[in-house]
Amino acid sequence: MKPLIEARNLVRIYEMRKGPFSRPQPVRAVDDISLSVVPGETLGIVGESGSGKSTLGRMLLGIDAAQGGEILFEGRRMPPLRSPEWRALRARMQLVYQDPLAALDRRLTIAAQIGEPLDIHQIGSTEERTARIRELMDAVGLRPDQAGRYPHELSGGQRQRAVIARALATQPSLLVCDEPVSALDVSIQAQVVNMLRDLQEQNGIAMVFISHDLKVVRNIADRVAVMYLGKIVEEGSSDTIFHSPRHPYTQALVSSMPVPGKRLESRVILQGEPPNPAARPSGCAFHPRCPLATDLCRSKTPPLQQIDAGRTAACHAVASHAALAA
Amino acid sequence: MVQFVLTRLLRAVITIAAVVTFAFVVLRMSGDPAQVMLGPDVPQESVDAFRRAWGLDQPLWIQYLAYIKSIFTGDFGVSMRDKAPAIDLVLERVPATLQLTLPALLLKLLIGIPAGVYAAFHRQSVTDRSVILLSILGFTIPSFVLGLILVLVFAVTLGMLPSGGQGTWAHTVLPILTMSIGGIGILARFSRSAMIEVMGQPFIRTASAKGLKWRDVVWGHALPNAAIPIVTIVGFMVGSLIAGAVVVESIFSWPGIGRLLVVSVTNRDLAVVQCILLIIAAAMVISNLAVDLLYGWLDPRLRSRAAH
Amino acid sequence: MSSVNLADRQLSPRPALGFISRIRRQVPVSVGLGIVWLAAMVLIAILADWLRPYGITAMDLTSRLAPPGTPGHWLGTDELGRDVLSRLIQSIRVSLVIAFGATIISAVFGTALGFAAAQFRGIVEHLVLVLADFQAALPFLIMSLAVLAFFGSSMMLLVCLMGFYGWERYARIARGLAISAGAQGYAASVVQLGATPARVYFRHILPNVASTLIVSMTLTFPEIILMESGLSFLGLGVQPPQTSLGNMVGFGREYLTNAPWIMLAPAAVIMLTTLAISLVGDWLRDKLDPTIR
Repeated sequence: MKPLIEARNLVRIYEMRKGPFSRPQPVRAVDDISLSVVPGETLGIVGESGSGKSTLGRMLLGIDAAQGGEILFEGRRMPPLRSPEWRALRARMQLVYQDPLAALDRRLTIAAQIGEPLDIHQIGSTEERTARIRELMDAVGLRPDQAGRYPHELSGGQRQRAVIARALATQPSLLVCDEPVSALDVSIQAQVVNMLRDLQEQNGIAMVFISHDLKVVRNIADRVAVMYLGKIVEEGSSDTIFHSPRHPYTQALVSSMPVPGKRLESRVILQGEPPNPAARPSGCAFHPRCPLATDLCRSKTPPLQQIDAGRTAACHAVASHAALAA
Repeated sequence: MVQFVLTRLLRAVITIAAVVTFAFVVLRMSGDPAQVMLGPDVPQESVDAFRRAWGLDQPLWIQYLAYIKSIFTGDFGVSMRDKAPAIDLVLERVPATLQLTLPALLLKLLIGIPAGVYAAFHRQSVTDRSVILLSILGFTIPSFVLGLILVLVFAVTLGMLPSGGQGTWAHTVLPILTMSIGGIGILARFSRSAMIEVMGQPFIRTASAKGLKWRDVVWGHALPNAAIPIVTIVGFMVGSLIAGAVVVESIFSWPGIGRLLVVSVTNRDLAVVQCILLIIAAAMVISNLAVDLLYGWLDPRLRSRAAH
Repeated sequence: MSSVNLADRQLSPRPALGFISRIRRQVPVSVGLGIVWLAAMVLIAILADWLRPYGITAMDLTSRLAPPGTPGHWLGTDELGRDVLSRLIQSIRVSLVIAFGATIISAVFGTALGFAAAQFRGIVEHLVLVLADFQAALPFLIMSLAVLAFFGSSMMLLVCLMGFYGWERYARIARGLAISAGAQGYAASVVQLGATPARVYFRHILPNVASTLIVSMTLTFPEIILMESGLSFLGLGVQPPQTSLGNMVGFGREYLTNAPWIMLAPAAVIMLTTLAISLVGDWLRDKLDPTIR
């Protein structure tokens, strides 16, 4: 199937300055990442904070400009940031935020905000918009009497439902969800994730689901990409990633997931400092924390290469791993 | 720290440059200097000669450079009224202005800050209520009204003090009072609220809980932290030592810079006006710079934040 | 019967509280007086033409320097026999119109610059910063005096000049709030929906910062009244035959010894008006926006 969105060799470098006159230091938030999503598919992106996964999500939508590489949406290049074409394209792709309270205008009612994309992109008559808003609210599980409420009058879960309804208003074909449930109560998380999955299946939306929470990603994603310090270190179908992770980092992450009825005895504890994007280690960025690190890992960055059908990993040791496993 | 100082210095220089440019632009926009200087009934040849002599036939940017050069050499032009260099006329008046503003500043500092600190520790006392009342007066009574009321009471009705002019120390009492009453109230109000806020902070409670003497808590912890907002307002007061007496000098016919400014504005004596403008701006910028540097010294957090 | 009445009363818990008493419960007396005074001033300014017993230049040479209480001239007359009350009413109108116009100009100008700084950052932001530094370096009275010296005084120039007063306060607030809204908040999310900058600023950011801006206007307004009356007092603001509050104080000063009422009436109006706005403004600030200052 032809990809809906395709990223080629994306690079995003932030410059950190210590002072107005000091030399800026580059921080590679997203470092040479390529990926693609086909219509109707859900790609999960997992990684610790600082791995660049949120930046990657924003770049896929074209909200953060790419400094290297390119993004193709339905085979066409992303128009320049904030140009009229870029704004028109917003109707096709949407973002769901981590903090719904911050993403909503506290002075407008829920209904007005859900209908705002229709207003911006001039879709439908006034009556059609009202009907569409009612339909959207119903789809995300908000009661009709909540239409006139303001964001602070709703619960966190209800606010996130409103944000999702707003994102779906223009029937986009791509939805990027950036930690959509991590600000919610655990009891609500599952409801919202299930609702997202149902809506995605019903409407055939492609989804990029960014999270640090592997349980949630396993629940919703078809494919998973694991990020570490701006790079994808392993990518594959959800089943293979969670059942037989190859990269030592993925193994550590997966082994720390609680499985009902099983003790966490085989857990791999990550050693060393959590990753700091401003001080990226040489060679393979993961080597200071890797139990298998060799001299080669310290000096040479491993490329992301195919290790199986539909499966890639970036690790010098993966070949020997594969041999051991077989 | 060096970087912090450099950034602030750069900003001060830019500000001065902006003021100089403002003076130049306004001066040029207000009319042809040749016409202004020579008057309307002068033959064309002398106007042309004047233009050549003063470089007014040159392109504007050359005039601008020449203007800046003349300012740096202390040449602010010649007063139309007195035919004397403007800078001399202005500098001559500085001592008279300082004779009023310096004592007024001292009064504000010596009464305002202690009264505010005292009021902070004795809420609802007579001092506290007076501080609040005075600060309200300071914000709402314009100095020309206050000055005239003082004249009405002490000079006209009671006949205790002269109503204006320069001479004995008695002539300075009413102008200084007019200038300081509101300022004392404002400074006291600032010190009071700064002090109250600092005393409510956790580190003060920690310091007293550690068993430090109350006096040491106040002098060692509370005052230095309360000083930051107070320094802002004091810096502004220092900066307006020269500028702050315009209205008061006019009320009391005091021959200071402010009076000179008002008279020059009325007579449209442009050389004097722009000279005063630049001197006042320089005083303000220097005191703002000093306040910024003092901040950096008082509050290390600001120093590092400015460096980012 | 009585039980029915009781049930009625329980259904509507505060039935007897009228409009007046409800206001009295919510507004302190001083603020109430301030609001009444301001309302009176606004009414006087609007109805000045009907309220004035005499024209402001109408001279009555038979009763010059008449003291207050003289029948027909309740606040007395000045040195030319002009009715002080009539001139006071006109002065209130002129001073309020200038202060109101200038406050609006200052708020619009400052907010626009603040938004521009937030939207474009970089060089625009630095320019706004330099402008604000410039404003801080020149005391406003001095700058006004310089401009008036170069261009002469006119009503239009005076309003525009006063409109430059306090703009940096709005600019700072508008810039800060717009940046924080645009960084990750609702403004960023609306941009992401495809909204144009105009829509983002007018439909979303402006309504959100409006209450803070209105509160700052209550700070600027009395300061502009004081500034204008100061300039007029020095004879450089509103020019005769037109009159303003400061103007009246300035001319009344000549007759301080034998006719202090000429000067005291406008002085009292200035003080009471600035006091009233400060009181109401403080109260509004607590009500609308606890975060400012």
